[in-house]
Amino acid sequence: MNSKKTNNQNIKDFLFALIKNKWALTSIIWLFIIIAIAIFASQLAPFDPNKNNIMERVAPPLTLDKQGNMKYLIGSDALGRDSFSRLIFGAQVSLIVGFSAVLVGGILGTALGVYAGYYGKWIDDIIMRLADIQLAFPFILLAILFLVVLGEGLINLIIVLGIGQWVTYARIARAQTISQKEKEYVEAAKALGVNNFSIMFGSILPNIFAPLIVIASFNVASVILAEAALSFLGLGVPPQIPTWGAMLAESRDHIFAKRWWMPFFPGMAILLTVLAFNIVGDWLRDYLDPRLKEVE
Amino acid sequence: MLAPIWSQHHFLNKKMFFYILRRIPQTVLVIFGVTLVTFIALQIGGDPTYLFVSERASPEEIEETRKMLGFDKPLHIQYLIYLSNLVQLDFGDSLYYRQPALTVILETLPATIELTIFSMLIAIFGSIPFGILAAIYRGKWIDGSLMAIAMLGQSIPSFWLGIMCILYISLNVSWLPISGHVPFLMLIFQGEFIQAFKNLPTTITYLILPSFAVAFYSVSRNARLIRSSMLEVLSQDYVRTARSKGLSEYIVIMKHAMRNAWLPVVTIIGLEFGFVISGVVVVEVIFAWPGLGRTVFDAISNRDIPLVQAAVVVISLFVIVINLITDLVYAKLDPRIKL
Repeated sequence: MNSKKTNNQNIKDFLFALIKNKWALTSIIWLFIIIAIAIFASQLAPFDPNKNNIMERVAPPLTLDKQGNMKYLIGSDALGRDSFSRLIFGAQVSLIVGFSAVLVGGILGTALGVYAGYYGKWIDDIIMRLADIQLAFPFILLAILFLVVLGEGLINLIIVLGIGQWVTYARIARAQTISQKEKEYVEAAKALGVNNFSIMFGSILPNIFAPLIVIASFNVASVILAEAALSFLGLGVPPQIPTWGAMLAESRDHIFAKRWWMPFFPGMAILLTVLAFNIVGDWLRDYLDPRLKEVE
Repeated sequence: MLAPIWSQHHFLNKKMFFYILRRIPQTVLVIFGVTLVTFIALQIGGDPTYLFVSERASPEEIEETRKMLGFDKPLHIQYLIYLSNLVQLDFGDSLYYRQPALTVILETLPATIELTIFSMLIAIFGSIPFGILAAIYRGKWIDGSLMAIAMLGQSIPSFWLGIMCILYISLNVSWLPISGHVPFLMLIFQGEFIQAFKNLPTTITYLILPSFAVAFYSVSRNARLIRSSMLEVLSQDYVRTARSKGLSEYIVIMKHAMRNAWLPVVTIIGLEFGFVISGVVVVEVIFAWPGLGRTVFDAISNRDIPLVQAAVVVISLFVIVINLITDLVYAKLDPRIKL
């Protein structure tokens, strides 16, 4: 009963703080819009994103049809596919990959980090040496190597990007666990004979969740950027699935024809989405714990 | 009598010597890990033989290739062979170019090093004035707009920035070359110094746009980092003391505060290198830069897996060495660090 009340109070505080920060609020609203666009893509898109129309290739933005109605809002691509519809569907891959990879990396990294911090000694050594090894790779290159071998596919992309993220979470979770494990509540739980697993993930984890959430928010941003880069290089999902990165890659052939709209819109879509995640992350960090400023 | 090794050089004091001794096995371990991961990468998609044969290969051909490449041997033997090849600088053969992968990589490496170094310089030195300005004018509009730009910079895909730069420049102004590369390092390596230095000004004009695209992200992040570390330093006692002595604000900031404020930037130079090189790989594709990134991009479309594998190993080794060096330099710079 009591805890429920404080929970409600917490949510109220959170919402008040959010409303007071206009940038964070705008970003959250924007993210909800993007998520809605991704979910209702097939209802919202004016055309089938894969329907070719050889007669109407590389149409400029605001192209009208014969009746004078809007046909290609932001133009069409080299195969005559409607860019606006592809942009709308592109939100799906970015968001699915962004959230899923962060979930994979976050769970893996947090689990390993808590283990390392809680048990210390050789478990800690092994996990942290693994982290060193991972950090020695420029991540994009490692992802390229694995994706070239594994071939294209959404699941492959999520797994490779997800595994690439674990180190950040592991380091934070480990440091936080070390600082928590000497506290009274952990001692008390140990004295009561609670098993280690429950202590780690039942008692300690909720107390170290705040910095991990902050990291996750920034991390979605960087995963979306990485996904765009990989799609740009022709890796990731099969080519018939529209992605913002692939749209940028296709636009490369039209730079010298000065068709600025072809790279402009997908790039803006990436920029605004990533920016929103970064702003929310920044705000969350300040809100949850001003001392976390150093964590990044 | 022989003096102990650490007394011969200023850099190598006794503490430093033991720090290096401790750091080297760690580095060797990481190198092992890196080679193991790149080795596993090849195996992870199933029988790697199929990566090396054409789709229409007959079963006999496949069997022959498997034998030739040693994929019929047990995994641990294969790894040992892979390792011993690496030690002998045999990074495998490029399927597409039909020559050793290392040869292909070494040909393109100078262009990539040029771009990487130039981007690193921008990333490190470009961020310092912005970070300091923002810290000095904390809360004012300068701070606000600089940090807004920095936030933007951390959200822009570097390759998109590159495309938009080219577009803007090809559409409007034309004071910078749009894409391409004029060699400098390659000539240095070939011993043609005069030609190299004749090229240098042109080389730099070609470097500006791509390295700007690569470094914008890092400049933004470092500027924020320097701002917060500067703010922290400015609130310290010794800065207050310096001010109360009547020293000018300029001296206080440049002499007293700067010295400590940029230490966090030194720590991330090693990591920075990894970031920058990732950016370089992608940005090279847009600017038709004849470097490693371009080569990897072509290798992806040619499915030239050994070349990709070799490139990953070579670049990772670079990153490891740079990390080691920055750690040592940092340990030397900051006397507070525990060796």
